[in-house]
Amino acid sequence: MSKHHISATINGDPAEFLCDTQQTLLDVLRDELNLTGSKEGCGSGDCGACSVMVNDRLVCSCLVLGVEAQGATINTIEGVAEGDQLHTIQKHFLSEAALQCGICTPGFIVATKALLEKNPNPTETEARYWLAGNLCRCTGYDKIIKAVMNAAAEMRGA
Amino acid sequence: MAEIQYAAPATVAAAVKALDAAKGKAKVLAGGTDLLVQLRAGRVNANTLVDIKHIPELRKVKKDKGGYRIGAAVSGAELGESDDFRATWPGVLEGFELIGSTQIQGRASLGGNLCNGSPAADSVPGMIAAGATVTIAGAKGTREAKVEDIVTGPGKTSLKPSEFVVSINLPKRAKRSGDAYLRFIPRTEMDIAVVGAAVNLTLDAKGVCTDARVALGAVAPKPLLVKAAAKALVGTKVDDAALDALAAAASAACDPIDDKRGTIEFRTKVAGVLARRAALIALERARKNA
Repeated sequence: MSKHHISATINGDPAEFLCDTQQTLLDVLRDELNLTGSKEGCGSGDCGACSVMVNDRLVCSCLVLGVEAQGATINTIEGVAEGDQLHTIQKHFLSEAALQCGICTPGFIVATKALLEKNPNPTETEARYWLAGNLCRCTGYDKIIKAVMNAAAEMRGA
Repeated sequence: MAEIQYAAPATVAAAVKALDAAKGKAKVLAGGTDLLVQLRAGRVNANTLVDIKHIPELRKVKKDKGGYRIGAAVSGAELGESDDFRATWPGVLEGFELIGSTQIQGRASLGGNLCNGSPAADSVPGMIAAGATVTIAGAKGTREAKVEDIVTGPGKTSLKPSEFVVSINLPKRAKRSGDAYLRFIPRTEMDIAVVGAAVNLTLDAKGVCTDARVALGAVAPKPLLVKAAAKALVGTKVDDAALDALAAAASAACDPIDDKRGTIEFRTKVAGVLARRAALIALERARKNA
C-alpha cells in the first residue's frame, strides 16, 4: 500500500509526513507529527475542537485530508505561544478561568486568534457568532467570551 | 477498508479524465465538509477522490458580461470578502453564509452545496431565484444547465459520473432589482433549514414588479422553483394582496417531510411566511438599486 509523501509548513517550520488518502489532517497532526494540541471532539465538523489555520483560513482539521496539505501553510495551537511566553489570548483564558476540562480550549484559542486578526474590535455578538462552531460543554461560554473580549481590548491597546 | 486513490488534477480536462477512468466510483472533493463526513460514516463508497481545488478557474470569482462566474470550489469565506458581490447578490451570499460555522465557511463551496443534493441546502434557493446556471464539464464536453435542474432528489443529481460543476454563473443584475434569502431553524446558528425561501424581483420605474423568481428549500425532495409564487408578484406593486397570493402559492407548492424539527403543517405554513418576508427584503433592496 503506497502512502502519500506530503511536504507542508507547520507553525513556520518545514514538515514532511506520509499518509493514506483517508487520514485527515487531524489524524496526521496527532498521530504522525505528535502535535496533539488539536483535539478530536466529533470528527464531523460540528465542535471545532480540531480548529487549525490552513493557508490563513480557519478550518476543522477533521474535515481536511492530510493529503490536501501538500504545499500548505498550517498553523496549530502549538504555534500560538512563543516559547514559554503565552499569547495574550491564552493569558486571558487563564485569568478568566475560561476552561474547565480543557478539550475545547485549543480550538477556541485558534479560532479567537483568527477572529482578532480579521476583526480586532469585535462586538460580543460578533465574537459569539464567529465562535458558534466551537462547542464547550463546561463553561456556559460567558467566561470564554469575557476572555475573548478582554484579550481583544489588550491587543488593541498593545 | 480498501485503499482510496487521490487525484489532484490541475486542469478541467484532467479532472474529467480522472472521473471518467473511475467509472462512477469517484467522488469530487471540493471543500469536503459533506463528503469527508459521509466517507467516514460509510454512507458513500468511493475508490477515488478527485480534488478539484488545484484547478485555477475553480478557485476564482470572475466578472463576466456584467454577471459573475464563481468557481465551483470557491469557499464562503472567500466569496464573502468580495464587497462587490455582497452588494450585487446579497440574497445568494446570505444563503451561502448560513452554511455551518466559521470553520465550515473556510472550506464549503457553492458547487459542493449544490452537488451534495440536499433538499435543505441553504445556498441553493438563492441561486435558483437569481436565475443562476452552472457550467458542467464532462467526457462529452462542456454544457450549461439551470441550477434548478441539478438536484433531482435527496442526495441525487442530474450529473453524469464523468461530470462535475466548474462554475456557478450569475446573470447581470437588472436595475431596480434585489434578492433575499431567509430560513427557519429552531435556534440561531449552526442548524439545517427547516424551511428556506429566496426571492429575486425586478421593478419598473413606477415600482411595478416586472419579473420575479421564488425558490423554496427543505419543503420537498429537492429545492423548488415556484413559478406560481413569482406570478403572484409580477404586475403588482408588491402590495399586501400580492404578498398574500405569493404566500399562498409558496405554501401550495410544498410537499415536505414530517419530523420533529418541523411537521408538514408547520413547514407548509412557514414557507409562505418566509417567502413573504423575503419578498419584502428583496423589494427594499430593489428600490435602493435604482
